[in-house]
Amino acid sequence: MPTMNLLQAVNDAIKVSMRQDERVCIFGEDVGKAGGVFRTTEGIQEEFGEQRCFDTPLNESGIIGIAVGMAVYGMRPIAEIQFLDFLYPGFDQLVSEAAKMRYRSGGEFTCPMVLRTPYGGGIRGGHYHSQSTEVYFTHTAGLKVVIPSNPHDAKGLLLASIEDPDPVVFMEPKRIYRASKGEVPEGYYTVPLGKAAVAREGTDCTIVAYGSMMEMALKGAERAAEESGVNAEVIDLRTLVPLDIDTIIQSVEKTGRLVVVHEAQKTCGFGAEISALVAERAVLSLEAPIVRVAGLDTPFPYTLEYNYLPNPARVAWAVDKVMTY
Amino acid sequence: MASPAKKVAQALEPERDLVQFLDHEGNLVGTPDYPLTDEDLQKLYAHLVRARLTDEKGINLQRQGRIGFHVPATGEEAVQFGTAWGLQDEDWIFPAYRTGHIIALRDIPLKGFFDNLFGNAADRAMGRQMPVHWAFRDAKFVSISSPIGTHIVQAVGSAIAQRNTGDKGISITYFGDGGTSSNDFHSGLNFAGVYDAPCVFVCTNNQYAITCRVDQQTASETIAIKAKAYGMPGLRVDGNDLLACYDAGMKAIERARSGEGPTLIEALSYRMGGHSTSDDPRRYRTEEEMEYWRARDPIIRVQKLLHNKELIDKKTDDDLWAEIKSEVDAAAKAAEAEGPPDVSTLIEKVFEEIPEDLRAQYEELIATGGLEGGGHH
Repeated sequence: MPTMNLLQAVNDAIKVSMRQDERVCIFGEDVGKAGGVFRTTEGIQEEFGEQRCFDTPLNESGIIGIAVGMAVYGMRPIAEIQFLDFLYPGFDQLVSEAAKMRYRSGGEFTCPMVLRTPYGGGIRGGHYHSQSTEVYFTHTAGLKVVIPSNPHDAKGLLLASIEDPDPVVFMEPKRIYRASKGEVPEGYYTVPLGKAAVAREGTDCTIVAYGSMMEMALKGAERAAEESGVNAEVIDLRTLVPLDIDTIIQSVEKTGRLVVVHEAQKTCGFGAEISALVAERAVLSLEAPIVRVAGLDTPFPYTLEYNYLPNPARVAWAVDKVMTY
Repeated sequence: MASPAKKVAQALEPERDLVQFLDHEGNLVGTPDYPLTDEDLQKLYAHLVRARLTDEKGINLQRQGRIGFHVPATGEEAVQFGTAWGLQDEDWIFPAYRTGHIIALRDIPLKGFFDNLFGNAADRAMGRQMPVHWAFRDAKFVSISSPIGTHIVQAVGSAIAQRNTGDKGISITYFGDGGTSSNDFHSGLNFAGVYDAPCVFVCTNNQYAITCRVDQQTASETIAIKAKAYGMPGLRVDGNDLLACYDAGMKAIERARSGEGPTLIEALSYRMGGHSTSDDPRRYRTEEEMEYWRARDPIIRVQKLLHNKELIDKKTDDDLWAEIKSEVDAAAKAAEAEGPPDVSTLIEKVFEEIPEDLRAQYEELIATGGLEGGGHH
C-alpha cells in the first residue's frame, strides 16, 4: 500500500474522483497550470485539461459563485479557496446561496459542491494565513463541515464529500500537509461523513479533537500517561457537521471526563457546542466540568504563534484538571 | 476555457495609450506637464536604490531563515515613489503589501521597515502579522492586511471624510492587477465615482498575480479603461518610467485636491521577482520574458539619465550604492537585535480595554504550558 502525505492524499482523491465522474471539475487561484500554491492540484490540469481544471481571477465570490452555478446546473464542482482567511468575500455565496439552495427551493434546486480550503496556524502565517473559523460554517444550516487529520481520512473523506448531494466545506490542516504521512489505499474508497474515529482507546478521560490538533491531543494523552498514569481516550471528530455525537457520548459515559481541543478561539468555538451537547445528554456521567483547550479570543498572532496554539503540555494540564477535580 | 488565442491577442495591448517620458535606454521622450527637477531626480534615485537593496536584504534574510517571509517590489519601485512624490503630509496612504518602501517619504526610519519583517518587540504592528504588513499612524500609512483589495474601498471612505471635514488632504491607494478583480475594487471605484471622492487609485499592473497573468485576470483591453465604467478618468503610464509616474500622480493628486474627483492610474510594470519568497516564478515564466523586462528596469533608466545629465559618474554612483547598502545592513541588524514581543502582548488591543475573560484565558495559558511552545517553529 502506498504511503502518502496529506497533500498527496488530497491530490489522489481529486484525480480518482475526476477519472470516474466527468461532472467533477476543480478551479481556484493558481490551481490549474501551477498546481496550486501548496501543489495540491499538481498534475490535474495536465491529465484532465483546462476545461476541468482551471485558474481563476483573484476573486473569491467569483470562485464560490461559479461553483454554485455549476452545482445547480448539475456538475460536481470543487472550488478551492487558497487560504480559509481569504474566503470572506465569497461568504455570501456560501451561506446565502450554497447553504440554502435546497431548503429555499423546496428541493427544486440543490448544490452538490465542495469548497476545499487550507486552514489553521503553525506555518508563520499570522492573522490572514492561519485562521480556523470552522464555526462560521458549522453555524450555517445546510453546510456540511469536514476536517481530516491524516492522509487516509483525507482521501476517503474528500471522495465522500464530492459524492455528497449537499455542499461540503472541506478544511485541510495545512500545518501538517507534508508532515502527516500514512498508508493510503490506491484507487477508490470512501470514509463516511458524520462518523468520528477513536484514535486512541482509553478508560480514564475523553479527549475530543480534530484536524491539526489531533497531534496535540495524542501527544497530550501520552504525556498524561507518563506523568500520571492516566489512560485517555482520544476521539478524532473527522466531520463536524453532521456530528457523531453518539461516539462522544459513549466515550464520556465510559470515562466520565471530557477535554476538547481546538486551535480556534475559545469563545463560541466548536468545543462550546460539544460541551452543551454532552451536558444535555450525559451530565450524570460527568465526574468533572468539561475543559476546553483552545486559542485565545484574539486574532491569530505571527511571532507568538507557538504560544497561542494548543500544545501537548496544555492538553496534559487539562487532563490533569478533570482527573483531579 | 474560452479560445485562448483570441483572448490573449485582444487583451491588454502593451503599448496602447501608454504614456512615457523616459524610455528604457534613459532617453527623454516628450515633456511631462509636471517635470522633476534635477534635485528631485537625485533624491528619488537614492530612494529607488534603497528600495531595491532593502528587498534584496529581505530575500536574503528569508533564505537564511532569519525572517519568515518577504514580498519584494523589485522592478516596481518607480510606480510607488513616482506617484507618491507629489503627496503632501496631510494625504492618507492606503498601501498594498508591495508598496511599503514609500514610508521613507514620511520620515519613517528604515529600521521600522525591518522591525515589521522581524515581527519584533519594536514593530509598530506588534509582531502580529506576517512580514510586509506595516502600520504607521503618524505617517498616515494605513495598516495593511493580506486579503486583496480590501483597502481600496477604505481609501474612498477616508477621502469622503477628508472632504466632509474640510481637510485639504486626499487619499491615495495602491493595488495590483490582481486587485482589480476583487469585489472591493468595484465597490471602491463605484463609490468614488458616485461621491466624487478626492482620491487616487494607483494600479501597479506588474502583469502577474502569483501565477495568474493579467490577460487571464481580466478581458478588459487595459486596466485604465475600467475607469470609464465608473465615471472617472483612467491614465495609463509606463510604470517603469519615474517621470511618467510622477506626472500622472501629480495630475491625479491635483484633480482630487481641487475637488474634481477621483482618478485611476494604471502603471504598467513587471514583477521582476517572485510573488513572495514562497514562490519561484521560473516555474511559470520564460527566461526570455524576464530578460525583456530586466532591460526595462526602472532604476537603470534613471541611472542612465543621471549619467547623461552628468549628475553622477561611475564613482559617485558606486559610492551611493555602497553607502545605501551599509544603511540597509545596519537597519536590518538593529531590527534583528530587538527580539520578539513579550508574550503578555498577545491579549493587548483586541479592544481598547483588555476584557476580564480574555485576561483570565491568558493567565490560564501561561499557567498551563503556553510558554513551552515559545518563538518560531
